[in-house]
Amino acid sequence: MKYVEEYRDAGQSRRFADAIRAIATRPWNIMEICGGQTHAIVRFGLDQMLPPQINLIHGPGCPVCVTPIEQIDKAVAIAARPGVIFCSFGDMLRVPGSRQDLLTVKSEGGDVRIVYSPMDAVALARKHPEREVVFFAIGFETTAPANAMAVAQARRLGLANFSVLVSQVLVPPAMRAILAAPANKVQGFLAAGHVCAIMGLEQYHAIARQYRVPIIVTGFEPLDILQGICMCVAQLEQGRADVENQYCRAVRPEGNRAAIRQVEEVFCVGPRKWRGIGEIPESGLLLRDEYASFCAEARFGLAGLVADEPADCLAGAVLQGHLKPRDCPCFGLRCTPDRPMGAPMVSAEGACAAYYRYRREELKQIS
Amino acid sequence: MCLGIPGKLVELYPQDGLPMGKVSFGGIIKDVCLAYTPDAQVGQFVLVHVGFAISQIDETEAEEIFTYLAAIGEADEAESGAPDQQA
Repeated sequence: MKYVEEYRDAGQSRRFADAIRAIATRPWNIMEICGGQTHAIVRFGLDQMLPPQINLIHGPGCPVCVTPIEQIDKAVAIAARPGVIFCSFGDMLRVPGSRQDLLTVKSEGGDVRIVYSPMDAVALARKHPEREVVFFAIGFETTAPANAMAVAQARRLGLANFSVLVSQVLVPPAMRAILAAPANKVQGFLAAGHVCAIMGLEQYHAIARQYRVPIIVTGFEPLDILQGICMCVAQLEQGRADVENQYCRAVRPEGNRAAIRQVEEVFCVGPRKWRGIGEIPESGLLLRDEYASFCAEARFGLAGLVADEPADCLAGAVLQGHLKPRDCPCFGLRCTPDRPMGAPMVSAEGACAAYYRYRREELKQIS
Repeated sequence: MCLGIPGKLVELYPQDGLPMGKVSFGGIIKDVCLAYTPDAQVGQFVLVHVGFAISQIDETEAEEIFTYLAAIGEADEAESGAPDQQA
């Protein structure tokens, strides 16, 4: 496929790795924010191509992974109700709630459907006016315009039977939380390319300045990631802390204005709880008052529900980069993709699942 | 989750008041909402996420990485060639 295969060339990847080796004189800790980047790094073994002093820390950029357990519990409670069609991206079905996951609700007769786009849920609401159709609106900035359009379109079409369970989070507040933590090791960031395709670069300049960290907006293919690392190491070695754009083919500095406008029409910024991390102020999106009638939590009387994370899952430490997945005593033993204890073992972009899929043989050899 | 797949826009059409398009991903055609890439034309590549085009691919910028790599290659050759020139 054009704009995919040419960015996976092994020979060109080695040239980037050599270039990084040539400029790196000291150890550096670089965090890739996005779970899609983590997946590519582990899948293509990009971390293993790098000189040993470059340490990649896997970030919290997997919306499935950071959705707090109480949102899963709310989803389970709604999906189990008679008359409800509960729509979700596929990854969410196996994320464990306090007692159950959505897949169990489905196996027990709940009408849980996997959709490709939030607009598919709108189409279902139109087709089944007698049923309540609820969409699990999770995601980062990349997904917010799609989720916003679904709500706006439902209103235009007068669909009173459509609502959304919102768990929308924002990347820059999470970066600030990571950098402000006393145990922080991150010295440079690869920012999430598709988040920036929507939001642009503006929000990142203040973070780079305040915390003195280089931030490279980076794509998702092996050559993109290696070039992003190369640009980041070059800045670190030169003592610079600027925002640079590796992913120019998809990211404009100003972002996508039409998408931002639609998001701002439907959502406003507010506090959000992150799984394993806790509440971060101004780190999420909430429905605006004008769209409050589409709030599933209010419609089903679940707004007050809270739940605690399981104590033995170390997802929070993994998501903040304090631990690698294999440092968790449950990894690959009590916690596997078939029986996940935490969300990072479920999602294809979760660091734990990526290590389990691509690095398990290697772990066996070590132990 | 924030996956964006590049595909070629092959047809434009409106639906329920929204601009839509058929996008080919290596021959597999999907219906995509174009509300956020209103200037995209048939034949151009867009980046698609959960049924929405979120960005148009800039074909000139897409080549930049290879120019950069070629420059690294030339610098390497110049470096490795230097001792011979001195001799």
